[in-house]
Amino acid sequence: MNMPFISRRAQPASITNFQLPATSSHPVAQAPSQAAVHSARPAASSAHRQAVIEIGQMTKTYQMGENQIHALRGVSLTIHSGEYVAIIGASGSGKSTLMNMIGLLDRPSSGAYYLQGVEVSGMDKSQLATLRNRQIGFVFQRFHLLPRTPAQRQVELPLFYAGLSNSEASQRAKEALTRVGLGERASHRPDELSGGQQQRVAIARALVTRPSLLLADEPTGALDSKTGEDVLHLFKELHQQGMTLVVVTHDMNVAKRADRIIMLSDGLIVKDEKRR
Amino acid sequence: MKALRYSNVAWESIMANKMRSLLTMLGLIIGVASVLTTVGIGRGAALGVTKEIEGQGINTLVITPKTENVGDSSTLTAGDAAALADPRIHPEIHAVAPTNSTFMRVANGNQAIESQVTGATATYADIKNLKVERGRFFNAVEESSQQRVVVLSSLAAHDLFKNADPLGQSIRINNEPFTVVGILKKSSGDDSEAYFRPIYTPLEVAQNRLINTPRYRGDFVVSEITIQVTDRELISYAESQVEQTLRLRHDLNVNDKNDFHILNQARLLEIAGNIANMMTALLGSIGTVSLLVGGIGIMNIMLVSVTERTSEIGLRKALGAQDSDILLQFLIEALVLCALGSLIGIILSYSVSALLNGIPDFPFDIILEYWSLLLALAVGLFSGFVFGLYPAIRATRLDPIDALRYE
Ligand SMILES: Nc1ncnc2c1ncn2[C@@H]1O[C@H](COP(=O)(O)OP(=O)(O)OP(=O)(O)O)[C@@H](O)[C@H]1O
Ligand SMILES: [Mg+2]
Repeated sequence: MNMPFISRRAQPASITNFQLPATSSHPVAQAPSQAAVHSARPAASSAHRQAVIEIGQMTKTYQMGENQIHALRGVSLTIHSGEYVAIIGASGSGKSTLMNMIGLLDRPSSGAYYLQGVEVSGMDKSQLATLRNRQIGFVFQRFHLLPRTPAQRQVELPLFYAGLSNSEASQRAKEALTRVGLGERASHRPDELSGGQQQRVAIARALVTRPSLLLADEPTGALDSKTGEDVLHLFKELHQQGMTLVVVTHDMNVAKRADRIIMLSDGLIVKDEKRR
Repeated sequence: MKALRYSNVAWESIMANKMRSLLTMLGLIIGVASVLTTVGIGRGAALGVTKEIEGQGINTLVITPKTENVGDSSTLTAGDAAALADPRIHPEIHAVAPTNSTFMRVANGNQAIESQVTGATATYADIKNLKVERGRFFNAVEESSQQRVVVLSSLAAHDLFKNADPLGQSIRINNEPFTVVGILKKSSGDDSEAYFRPIYTPLEVAQNRLINTPRYRGDFVVSEITIQVTDRELISYAESQVEQTLRLRHDLNVNDKNDFHILNQARLLEIAGNIANMMTALLGSIGTVSLLVGGIGIMNIMLVSVTERTSEIGLRKALGAQDSDILLQFLIEALVLCALGSLIGIILSYSVSALLNGIPDFPFDIILEYWSLLLALAVGLFSGFVFGLYPAIRATRLDPIDALRYE
């Protein structure tokens, strides 16, 4: 199946100006504008760009009965807007743990984390939920779609939690599905879609809130090489449109698509190389 | 606004798992249906009893003789009846109807039945609320001139004449010919007609020609005296007045027991009403317990559902759902399930009662009252809230990362 050509102009002009309704009690409301993220600059030099992620000396220790497992042992990392980063490493090296920290799904044991320049360590559950909703799009290995729910509804879900009106959510979900080449499948349920199509629904769901960051943990892990290729092609296009992408994988073929590869080993970064 | 969208989400999730939803609701459906049906049966039975008692007249007292030993002769006489009928002594009494009854062979040609023959006054039909189907009850002239006329109960008429018209025909009682002047309507609710197959003749005809009636102090002994009071409110007063008069006439001393018995229909009605209310309360509370059990069933399955949907909850949280969003979703899902279950229960109880009410010989109607429907719905929603809350709180406590890892 051919991926439809996604042009920059296909995005409605309003996207760059879009701001989700701000709840003033949340620090998120004061977070820097996302405009820079969406300015479709070609991915060239990143030096002068804004940092989306700044992590300093982050550790994560799990307590397993008597034993302590040091999943992260002091990771420092800066990822700029528009970067396409792959995180690789052996099984158990801490990739998913780091991903969960970046995605605000879990709290580090120590260390600093600035997301879009805002320190998130001290935030409460509710503030973190709001940040996840507005700043981060997740793509999981096993898609994590709701069973028996049409694609359109799946994609509307984060907008629902953002408090958008039905009509606006419906409109935006339609656009996101079109963007991943599934405009015609809006009414299909997961069991009526191929694995690759399901993953693209999940990507549409991740994109629909126009996040500043797309996080993917083994996004092609459950796909065959052909459909996996479709997903990677889509990532490339998103990258070209200026999206910041962080992909966890242990497949070198997947990692090679990124322009920066970070290698983890035993909870530490052992290699960080920019390819372009 | 948000609640409306959650109702949508809840509805979708209910429809997506139809079987599980049905099982969840089953306890509540059965609970609601059984509460409504049992309370309906209680109400219906109460009304049935009330109607039967009221049908026999609630403004009447029935006096029957009571003898100390078997074989003692009865002391209740036509003279007593005459005394009670005196408006100067008993202004509260409107009418008095003494009767003599006995079982006898009644024949039309060679068609014969054993029937309870009652000698009665012309006023008897009115007091006893007997309804005439065809012809008429015998009148005062026929009564005083001791004419041999007879009124048949519906079943007696049917037994003697089958499909032929009895009006104006002659039947034989004790080998004496009597002319049929009226046929009564079949009594509703009261089964005694089938046993007694009653027929009625003027009192004195019965006393003089049919029944070998003993006398007491010169007056004919009677089987029963029915008294109608002028006003329903006076019934208890009348009861005590009648008792006084009869004790006086029967020369009873202070320590003597009554040699008669007074049946007060109004008091009977009151007792029946109390029993019926108690029965309704009892059935209702048994049903309420089953509703509670139904609610616990809902909690059980909602808990299973929360566990089953751990990864869904994790996903929702990853996508930015607040704890309040998850709480509302599961709470509203429980409420929608309960509302739906209650509604199905209500429909079920309606169908069951319609079915039972359709059975021709079913002893009474099942009466579903709107307050019991509302109550069932309210209890259903309440148990949904109470038993849905805990699983919903459990759902919000799930850590998104644990939830996402759960497969
Ligand atoms: N919730 C947890 N409790 C205890 N230990 C954990 C937990 N999560 C992860 N770990 C441990 O932390 C280490 C890093 O795990 P992580 O899932 O980050 O590895 P990974 O690099 O993603 O591996 P894989 O490639 O197999 O997915 C492992 O030793 C793992 O067993
Ligand atoms: Mg992993």
